[in-house]
This record gives sequence, C-alpha cells and structure tokens, in this order.
Amino acid sequence: MMDHGIGGMAVSPEDVMSRLAQLDYLADEGLATAIFLAIRLGKPLLLEGAPGVGKTEAAKAVAKAVGRDLVRLQCYEGIDAAHALYEWNYQRQLLAIRQAGDAETDIYGDRFLIARPLLQVLQAPEQRVLLVDEIDRSDHEFEALLLEFLSDFQISIPERGTISASSRPLVILTSNRTRELAEALRRRCVYHWISYPDAEREAAIIMARAGDVARDTAMAVADAVQTIRSRPLAKPPGIAEAIEWANAATILEKGGSPWPEAFRRAIGVLIKDEEDVHFIAPDMQRIIEEAMS
Amino acid sequence: MNTFLACDKASVPDDLPRGSAPLFGFARLLRRFGFAIASEQAITFMQAVTLLGPRSMEDIRRSAVATFAPAPERRVEFDALFESWFEGDTRLMVGGDDENEEDPQIKDDRDTDEDETVPVEDETGGEMTSGSEQLSVRALSDDGLRLDMFERSVGSTLPRRRSFRMVRTKTGTNLDIRGSMRKILATDGDIPSPRLRRRQQVPRRLLLLIDVSGSMKLHTEDYLKLAYAAVQGTGRAEVFSFGTRLTRLTSALRIRNRAQALERAGALVEDWDGGTRIGQTLLAFQSVPRFSAFARGAVVVILSDALERGDPAEMETAFSRFAASAHRLSLATPLAGDPRFRPETQALRAILPVLDDLVDGSSIAGLTKFLLALRRPPASRATKV
Repeated sequence: MMDHGIGGMAVSPEDVMSRLAQLDYLADEGLATAIFLAIRLGKPLLLEGAPGVGKTEAAKAVAKAVGRDLVRLQCYEGIDAAHALYEWNYQRQLLAIRQAGDAETDIYGDRFLIARPLLQVLQAPEQRVLLVDEIDRSDHEFEALLLEFLSDFQISIPERGTISASSRPLVILTSNRTRELAEALRRRCVYHWISYPDAEREAAIIMARAGDVARDTAMAVADAVQTIRSRPLAKPPGIAEAIEWANAATILEKGGSPWPEAFRRAIGVLIKDEEDVHFIAPDMQRIIEEAMS
Repeated sequence: MNTFLACDKASVPDDLPRGSAPLFGFARLLRRFGFAIASEQAITFMQAVTLLGPRSMEDIRRSAVATFAPAPERRVEFDALFESWFEGDTRLMVGGDDENEEDPQIKDDRDTDEDETVPVEDETGGEMTSGSEQLSVRALSDDGLRLDMFERSVGSTLPRRRSFRMVRTKTGTNLDIRGSMRKILATDGDIPSPRLRRRQQVPRRLLLLIDVSGSMKLHTEDYLKLAYAAVQGTGRAEVFSFGTRLTRLTSALRIRNRAQALERAGALVEDWDGGTRIGQTLLAFQSVPRFSAFARGAVVVILSDALERGDPAEMETAFSRFAASAHRLSLATPLAGDPRFRPETQALRAILPVLDDLVDGSSIAGLTKFLLALRRPPASRATKV
C-alpha cells in the first residue's frame, strides 16, 4: 500500500468523485470506488466497457486529478517489445563507433537508448500514470509481456541490466472486450465494467462537456440516445457521439434550422453506420419528438 | 472440500480479525460455482473492504466486484450469490455468537442456504472438486457455455489461406529486399541483419447456409444461435437462410446484443417453416455475384436435411458449383444424428461425390466440435458418417 505520492491524494471514493467532477468527468460510485481502490492498493485498474463510454477519458481525468503526467501506450495488433519497452538507436551507435575510431567507446549509454512508454514510466523521477489503451487489440504474447511488467515494475535490458521503478506508477488498462483477456491479467487488477450512464447523468455529462448547449437540448439528446441505444444497432452511439450530436444540433439551430429538424439533420455525427442509419431513419422523427416533450 | 479449506486457511493472515471469515467464505463459495478466484484476489478483497470502512453492504459489494472481476455475462449469477451469502451472514451476526462457531459448521449452514435461494446449482450437487473441474462439468452440460466457448475460439481455429500481404519475420528464407535496402541506406552502408518477410496468413471466410424449411423446424433456432456465435467470433462469417427464399442474415447477427440480434434475424426471414426448394435457392445465391464471391475459397457449411422436393438435378448443379469455388464444402444434416442414417435419397446420393464432409447436425455439441476442427483435413471424402 502506498502512503506517499499518489496514494495520499485519494482519501475516500467520494473524494475521488468530487475531484473528477471538478475536471468535468462525472464518475458514478462504482467507478469512483474502483479508482480509489486501485490507487490505495497500488494495483492496476482494468476498465472494460462498450466503445465510447469514456474509458480513456477516465484515465486522462485520473491523471489530471492526481496531477501527474499521463504516459499512453496504444495497443494494436502486432505491438511488440520494441514499441512498448525500448529500442536501441542503431544509426547513432554506428556513428559513434565510426567517430571513436580505434579508441574504445560505450555504445550502450543512455543516449543510444530510445525509451518507449513502459520504460519512460520506470525512468521518470516522480510517479506517473500509465494508460495501456485497448489492450484487447494486442496479441496474447504482448499480454504476457505486460503481465511481467505489471507484477514487478521492472524491465531487463540484456546490455544494461535490470531497470526498476523508483516508485510504482498508477496503471490503467482499458479494453473494449473484443476478446477475453487472460485470467492472470484480470486477477492482478482492480476491475470495473463501465456501462452507459442513465439519461440524467448523460445529460449532465453533455452539459459539462459540450460547448454551449442549452439544458433542454442536453436532456432531449440524452433521452433520445437512450432510446436509440435500446434498438438493435451494429454500433450503438457512445457518449462522445451524444455530445457531438448536441453540439452539431445547436450549431444547426443557430444557422436557422428549427428544432426537431436540426436534430434529424445532425444524425450523421451520432450514427456512423450506413445500415444503422437506414434502420433507425423511419423512427427518428418519433424518437426526437418523444425526447423533446 | 479439503482443497478449499487448505487454500483459504493458508491465505488468511494471522492479524486479521475473526469477523473476516465470511469474506473468505464468499471467495470459497464463488470458486464452488466455477468462478476462478485466486487466493491473492481474496486477500485484495479483504484489503479493499478494510480500506472502504466498510460503511455499508454496498461497499462490500463494490469491493467484491472490483477485486473478483466477474465477467459481465456472469454478473447476475455473481450478484445472486452475493446476496444469498451475505444475507445469511447478517442473520448469523444478529444471532450473536459468531465467535464460537467453527468454520465447518458455518459452511454447512451456508450450503443449505444456497440450495434454497440459488436454483442455478443443479449440476454441482454436493460434489466438491476443484473450481476448474466444476467449470468443465458445467460446460459439458450446457449449450450456452458451449456456444460462448465456440464464439471465443472459432476465430483462431478456421482454416487459413496465404494473403497477398507480406509481414516481417525473424526466421525464413525470403529476403525483404526493399526493407533491407532502406535499412542499408539508413545505417550508411552497414547491414546488421537482413530483413526477412513471409506471406501473411489470414483465416478463410466461413459461409453458413441455414435451411429454414418446415422439416428443419426443430433445429433452426439452435442454428441461428450458432450462426450468431460464428459471426461475432470471426468477423468474417456470412450467414444466409434459405427455404423458398434466400435471406442474408449477416448484418442482423452483427448486432452485439444477442437477444436483439436473434430477434431481428428471426424477423428478417419470411419463409419460416415453409416448403423447400434447396436447388433453386442455392442457384439463386450463386447467381448474385456479390454472394457467390462469399463462397470463393471459403469454408461452406450447409445446414440442411437435403430433403429436396423438386428436381434433384438443380441441387446437384448448385452443390457442384459450390464444390468448385469453395475451399471445403460440408453438409450438416440433423438426420445423421440417427445411427441408422444412410445417405440414400436420390438427391443425397447425387451430391455425395462433391461433398468434403457429411456430418451430424442434430446437436450444438456436434456442430461446434466439427466447426472447431475444420482446420484438420476431412476424414476422407464424405465418409464421416
């Protein structure tokens, strides 16, 4: 357990919630508790949820709330140690050898080492927040590599020896659950499933995040989006899309479109799948009218 | 029983108060119901509860969810267990002397409690084996779990083909000349190790054609569930239904929510339980260029009893066209579930030579097993039954 650094900044789940709310991130009790536990227990936080519920945003908000830099590692298919841990700068090494001529030179010094996100986190003098984004996109091998890193917070470089963290970073992993994560990884983490917020909270989020959207507009958008999400869509709209929709509709309305029309014309920022648009289009009028009343 | 006791006793640190026993008991209960819980998770759970106060039952519940990380689809089961366990627990605490109660005694109480409140437990009975063994017992007896497993693994078990793309590799014999040249230039004439490449391997497409005619009535629902799992699991599967018409179900089955997807797919099909014109509808499928492209180089599985009303010649043409363009052509028929089944109808005899497999399609178990083993070559041409 940490008594110094980031650990001291979380007093209770309510405290976490209010700190995040100051940064316009409205977390519910479950998420606040999970964040609180992750910080105080010194364990990684695993956030799962449908795309667009604000997993990455949560990590950014936490980093801001504890006042530390966020180091982000975006995962993708085929990511490997050279992209995540470290790489040697070969060109520089060759030049150094040529310059040195016959004299002896150390080509494994710091200036030849390119630190990738995981090493950056370890080398940082103060605690940092590490975001491993969309871990479900990476391969199983990378997950195993990460597991090793998360258990000891150290990296072995054969030419240099082992580098370990001066202070354990706060790690946040996110996953869209496109595949099942290894049981070992889930076990080591504090886990939270972020679901879509209810209409009231979503309206509050839209108010906090969108530029200048009227309260009635935010409420109508939140209601309509709730209805749309309950329909069988291939890509249900996320929170970011709802915010965009509120923004777009407001802009259109200022440009001269009357209200229900503005919502309908801005549908392109909310639903981004051709089949879904066709499916929902006939009902759109009714959904918007219901939401606005 | 011993494994649980040993495991949990060993993991209870000495300085924890005795009142904490129910918390460990909960971890043990979860294990019995097939949740994979490590002892380190149980310890974290205790720490979390301590950190939070706990001020209310909700604190304990949230710590449990955060540390035991139940999969979202098992969350309902998890909550039911939580309630049954901790409600029983409060009653005991009110009753007073929980200090005097020995562990085994409490456990017996709880056991009866669960039996009353949680009906999920049928197959676990009184058996006390290790958590993982329990899981496998349940998996064997439950089509739902089997489909989940199928969905997770089908993507990686489909046969593969070489793609046009090249990927870098560490071993092999194909030199990546362009990459190596660029590297030589970048390193000023020196080349530490030449770059190698190979063709990327990608999974073949899976094409499922589901017969929805009246004679297949009993099986179409299972087939749709299977198709849903295949579409979700691979991302490249195509599903069509045919009876007297041809319907593309893929986009409906891409909907993430399972119930909604199945409902929508069901609504799309207009020829439920109608007649059968297998030959004609399959030929119609092949006459649409976009659809026939789905079959090219794909694994084609036709789920049908192949009881053709019309002229078997059309069906024969359709099947031989599939055989010519597909990587593998299989017919899964529920009739083959009967041990006395012999492919002796006129239509079946006609298509038998072009089939790679003729398999039993009467149960989800048999079908998932077959689909997951597609990478292996066919046993021998059309003699599987």
